[in-house]
Amino acid sequence: MVKDQEFLEKKASYCLGLAKKLGATESSVIVNNSVSETVNFRNKKLDESNRSDDLGISITTYIGKKKSSISSSNLLDDNLNILIEKCVETTKNTPEDEFNSLPDKDLLAKEVKDLDLYDDTHIENDQKIDYLKKLESAASNDKKIVNTESSFTQNKSNFILANSEGFCAGYKTSSFTASSVTVAKDEKSMERDYEYSSKCFLKDLDDAGELGKQAADQTIRKLSPKKIGSEKIAIIFDKRIAKGILSTFASAISSSAISRGTSFLKDKVNQKIFSDKINVLDKPDILKGLGSRNFDSEGVKTDTLKLVDQGILKHYLIDTYNGKKLNLKSNGRCGGTSNLYFENGNISFKDLLNSKSKSLYITETIGHGSNIVTGDYSVGATGFLVENGEFKYPINEITIAGNFKDMFKNITLANDLEFKYSTNSPTMMIEGMVVAGK
Amino acid sequence: MSNFFEKSDLSRSEAENIISDTLQKCDDGELYLENSKSESILLDDNKIKNSSYNSDLGFGFRAISDEVVAYSHSNEISKNSLKQSSENLKSTLKSVKGTYNHEIPKSNKKYYEHINPIEQKSLNEKIKILNEVNNYLRSKNDNIKQVTANFLGEQKSVEIIRSGGETLTDVRPLIRFNVSVMLEKNGRKETGVYGVGGRQSYDSYLKDDNWKSVCDEALRIASVNLESKPAPAGEMKVVLGPGWPAILIHEAVGHGLEGDFNRKKTSAFHNLMGQKVASEGVTIVDDGTIDNRRGSLTIDDEGTPTEKTVLIENGILKNFMQDRLNARLMKTKSTGSGRRENYRHIVLPRMRNTMMLSGNQTQDEMIKAVDKGIFAVSFGGGQVDITSGKFVFNCTEAYEIVNGKIGSPIKGATLIGDGPSILKEVSMVGNDMMMDPGIGTCGKAGQGVPVGVAQPSILINKMTVGGTKL
Repeated sequence: MVKDQEFLEKKASYCLGLAKKLGATESSVIVNNSVSETVNFRNKKLDESNRSDDLGISITTYIGKKKSSISSSNLLDDNLNILIEKCVETTKNTPEDEFNSLPDKDLLAKEVKDLDLYDDTHIENDQKIDYLKKLESAASNDKKIVNTESSFTQNKSNFILANSEGFCAGYKTSSFTASSVTVAKDEKSMERDYEYSSKCFLKDLDDAGELGKQAADQTIRKLSPKKIGSEKIAIIFDKRIAKGILSTFASAISSSAISRGTSFLKDKVNQKIFSDKINVLDKPDILKGLGSRNFDSEGVKTDTLKLVDQGILKHYLIDTYNGKKLNLKSNGRCGGTSNLYFENGNISFKDLLNSKSKSLYITETIGHGSNIVTGDYSVGATGFLVENGEFKYPINEITIAGNFKDMFKNITLANDLEFKYSTNSPTMMIEGMVVAGK
Repeated sequence: MSNFFEKSDLSRSEAENIISDTLQKCDDGELYLENSKSESILLDDNKIKNSSYNSDLGFGFRAISDEVVAYSHSNEISKNSLKQSSENLKSTLKSVKGTYNHEIPKSNKKYYEHINPIEQKSLNEKIKILNEVNNYLRSKNDNIKQVTANFLGEQKSVEIIRSGGETLTDVRPLIRFNVSVMLEKNGRKETGVYGVGGRQSYDSYLKDDNWKSVCDEALRIASVNLESKPAPAGEMKVVLGPGWPAILIHEAVGHGLEGDFNRKKTSAFHNLMGQKVASEGVTIVDDGTIDNRRGSLTIDDEGTPTEKTVLIENGILKNFMQDRLNARLMKTKSTGSGRRENYRHIVLPRMRNTMMLSGNQTQDEMIKAVDKGIFAVSFGGGQVDITSGKFVFNCTEAYEIVNGKIGSPIKGATLIGDGPSILKEVSMVGNDMMMDPGIGTCGKAGQGVPVGVAQPSILINKMTVGGTKL
């Protein structure tokens, strides 16, 4: 069982008390516990079971404007005594930084709303096995599927965040995740694809058979891919790839990248960076939301932000340290975004496919090709050639490239948004990118 | 050496009894104990931004029956916790009837010293160097807008207790020193990154102002990129420089030669053993036994001594990299490649230092042989799709080659190729093999482990360059 609030609070207040006694002027502490149980299947048989019980504590101590931190998985008081002493000692020897401080007291979350993030249901390994049997039987229906690997994880977590200003709050969260990776083979090629479902509540999880079938279908359609020539062509990003472009946008507006001057979106607040129709929201209070939260990792209240309004950048993602540096107030985004999404566009998925006589539909990208300093983007890609709204044949061993500054202005969104991850996008088309192939 | 049972209500002999009892009818398994201490000190934006210390303690208990692995880990080294893990393993492996394999090779060789790099240099000395790095770089070039430098140090003690009480131990030091600079000129920004590291003290890498050469290299790369123009798009010849560009080998063929993917037949290489997979003259080894290298290990995370494994010899596929589980199921021996990020993770067959050995041509000959292509000197990261064999990596320093001569620098572009066929496209192998500077981390199934790479300059006949210039 995951540790209760009382245990975590006791550890937290012990640390804050000790830090103060040893000379820290301010301090903050996070204590967490996470228990997960996973069962993996391969080719319809049990392959692995994995239980993990992780405890963690991290403490930051301040002496005036000096700061240092420690973290440990060993929560025995003996060990904490040694570590906190070390932390305070290191703090004394670390140079001052005028922007170091706990969050302003009036910005801290005052209440903790119940966002419906914890499901008490416990799913036994035998039930997980039943789910995976059903999943893998659906996934391996077609003879072209030569390998299936599936997994079911139940996670229960609890945490307390406390600081010397009197903030002390935390809550339990749960997640149930099922995934399936399938390999298909024909005379010419071998391909892999996957499907995945993750929910706060067990009863909301996708049906096992559906999930398995989806994974298999998505893999089989990739068989016998071709390579195409190099050209400028409209690119349609599947939702699972489009969300990555939104994540890159989020890293480029993080206050740390902005204050360090290492983002192509520096000084772009109140300027138009997307086309008129684009709106981006970060909404932390979605019930059962995978990214939902009451406050950020410093305890600052997290409100909904319309980051992009009709194409215009309205906010950076601000934490306390970088906020002070930029002379802006924290907006509760220490640790990043919550439930981040593009609002729906106004055409259907089908109409988007039909909107060009020829386009490329991308289902997977590989490589770390996003540069937020310059905005340059270049990644390896896999997908399909689309002609007159129809998937013609699979494509691989190509790259797609552009610069986000131009790409953002050329985005068209479909109206098929769903909340499958914590960051989500409808299907996305970007015109004017370059494909490198043969 | 850590004494894992010192402050526990669990004695070593009680632990041994629980281990033997749990594993008695299993084919394999062990209790893995780990105590790691690590530090990170970061200078950024003219200030010491972060000084942090981490101490991590825990165990991972593994039982294997046939193909099934049961694993349980916890931070609490106690009687209760180990018993709970044992129950958990037993409940997964309900009807086991294997015979425990007690055989594990022995070696007295050690590839690094028993040191704690964190303790060998005081915090004040480390802060002093970081400030010197900042001042040195900012006084060197007026276009510098940002300098980031950091120290990462670690000492990891591991103990592996097998059924019957056999115990294997290792203490692993690891450090890394990194410098990143950003230049801005006429509104254009570019970065350059360089670092060094390995399994020795900080001073082994930084003494006698050696840190200056790390700074100079980061600045040089940023300066080159400031002058870069858009990269070409399409298939062309590619010359790779020596050293770190060997992550191409790591991605393109290394992962595909790991035992698990081949046992499961999901690697594009699974049916190519003994066959020609590379041009003549191409020999690739994976070596865990080079002194003090980032990817070296005295024993792997199952207790097997590491070795130098020949993967491809003169173009012919010779061996896969194996951990104990995949080796047993494929009826071969572990190559000492069983690794895990830490006690939270199961063991997987992984690379150590992956190296393409020298041939006898010169880089100059390669450049001269190219009419239109690119010369790639340094890379960011790479990735591979094991099943389709397609892999990518991102250039961080590259140049055009026009009519046998190196031309202008080009912007960071992704290169994409096909793993099983790329080594057949290698038409020249240089005589200048070089190790990387000791900075690589390889990711697989959510686990990161330190690795090394090495190669000479090579000429590849055909690769797709993912630029924007058609």
